[in-house]
Amino acid sequence: MSKKLEELKYTDSHEWVSLEGDTATVGITEHAQEQLGDIVFVEVPEVGANFTAGDNAAVIESVKAASDIFSPLDGEVVAANETLSGSPEIVNSSPYEDGWLFKIKVSAADVNKLLSLEAYQKLIDS
Amino acid sequence: MKKTTLYDKHIEASAKMVDFAGWGMPLHYGSQISEHKSVRSDAGIFDVSHMRFLSIGGEDATAFLRLLICGDVQTLIDGQGLYSCLLTEQGGIIDDLIVYKINSNDYRMVVNAGTATKDIAWMEKQLNALGFAGKVTLSEHNDKNILALQGPNACAKFAAAFPEYAAAQELDKFHFASYADGDVFVARTGYTGEDGYEVVISDSVVIDFWDKLMASGFVPTGLGCRDTLRLEAGMSLYGNDLDEEHSPLSSALSWAVHWNKDAAEPRDFIGKNHLLQEKEAGVQQKIVGIYMTTPGVLRSGTKVTTEQGEGVLTSGGFSPTLNHSIALARIPFAHKGSECSLTIRDKEVAAKIVRPPFVKDGKANEKMIY
Repeated sequence: MSKKLEELKYTDSHEWVSLEGDTATVGITEHAQEQLGDIVFVEVPEVGANFTAGDNAAVIESVKAASDIFSPLDGEVVAANETLSGSPEIVNSSPYEDGWLFKIKVSAADVNKLLSLEAYQKLIDS
Repeated sequence: MKKTTLYDKHIEASAKMVDFAGWGMPLHYGSQISEHKSVRSDAGIFDVSHMRFLSIGGEDATAFLRLLICGDVQTLIDGQGLYSCLLTEQGGIIDDLIVYKINSNDYRMVVNAGTATKDIAWMEKQLNALGFAGKVTLSEHNDKNILALQGPNACAKFAAAFPEYAAAQELDKFHFASYADGDVFVARTGYTGEDGYEVVISDSVVIDFWDKLMASGFVPTGLGCRDTLRLEAGMSLYGNDLDEEHSPLSSALSWAVHWNKDAAEPRDFIGKNHLLQEKEAGVQQKIVGIYMTTPGVLRSGTKVTTEQGEGVLTSGGFSPTLNHSIALARIPFAHKGSECSLTIRDKEVAAKIVRPPFVKDGKANEKMIY
């Protein structure tokens, strides 16, 4: 990953967001993958889908639980990590790099609603 | 939260601990799937000391147990165990258990952790109601641990670690032996579908026992993979697949009910009349296996639709051996064939009804397909 963890933004539902211009890459955090345990199924969104922040965008199922992944921002999906359908365990082994889920072209980048690393750390430590 | 004697050993082995029926237990030690595969291909060790170990003794112990549970302990020889159930008067399952016959005046029993309090209260009530008070004693052992050693190499590795107990390899399935003045009780039973033992062992020797088995190549395995292993083996979990609302006849446990039709002495047991009525009227439901042909994971509570009506998944999960999702489901008894559909996140998904076990001898069970 080109960015450091402190350069990413986070949600209280444990997604991370990496913004490059108007494209946001989305994945789940180390804390989230650890809580889920072995991941056995990932359903990524279709390219072209339009999301409003908070919409269900993807599904991750682990041996323990099914977890909905929410779109952190408004925008259109421009890429989805199709590798994950065959190798969902990549989300466990590389949540910030090879385990990214989807990229959206952000229409209204209201990034102020997202959390800093410090704020996210506080959230998971509480 | 209660801790087993091996709690610190689990922490030492990097376990993720969870609350299970009031006990702090290891869910996994890193990866549930790799632990699952260790049990299917080699040897795993589970701490299941949250389960309760009971003694039932006295001259009338046999007579009491014959009335108490749906299986007949009269069929057992000394040193043999039996899987059975405690039933309500209405035939509902209070708990499933294993009873071990030391001799006709002395039995051991292992019951589930979550139901132990209710089980013991029920048994004490029956002791009085059936006139065995003072003649049969019931006691719970709080100085014992239960370890399950499971996998194709479990028996050989155990013999290598403890040559003094090597004779355990000769035990038939569901038979047991006692060693070291009763400190080590070894039964050829399990909840994974693999060969192996369940060992009941005293607090005083359990830490050393664990360390020796670790040094002999046993992989510590958590409750997470215990669930996927038992599901692959088609075994029921109390609270999921079995409950007081359903009898053994509608829970794929007809084989655990002994009717004693040909016996010289016919046997009554608690719940028998209702089971007879249920049989007479026609059993309404059954438990079957479900195999999902598309990706996704099955969870208990999911609705099943068959030609004969609706049912529900009672247990579900991902099978690491089959690399597919599997489940147990309670569906209308009249249903035949393999077609059904599931409602997953408001979508209808086709799935196959199959005959468990899903996995046999470490591999997909080809005979599960109808």
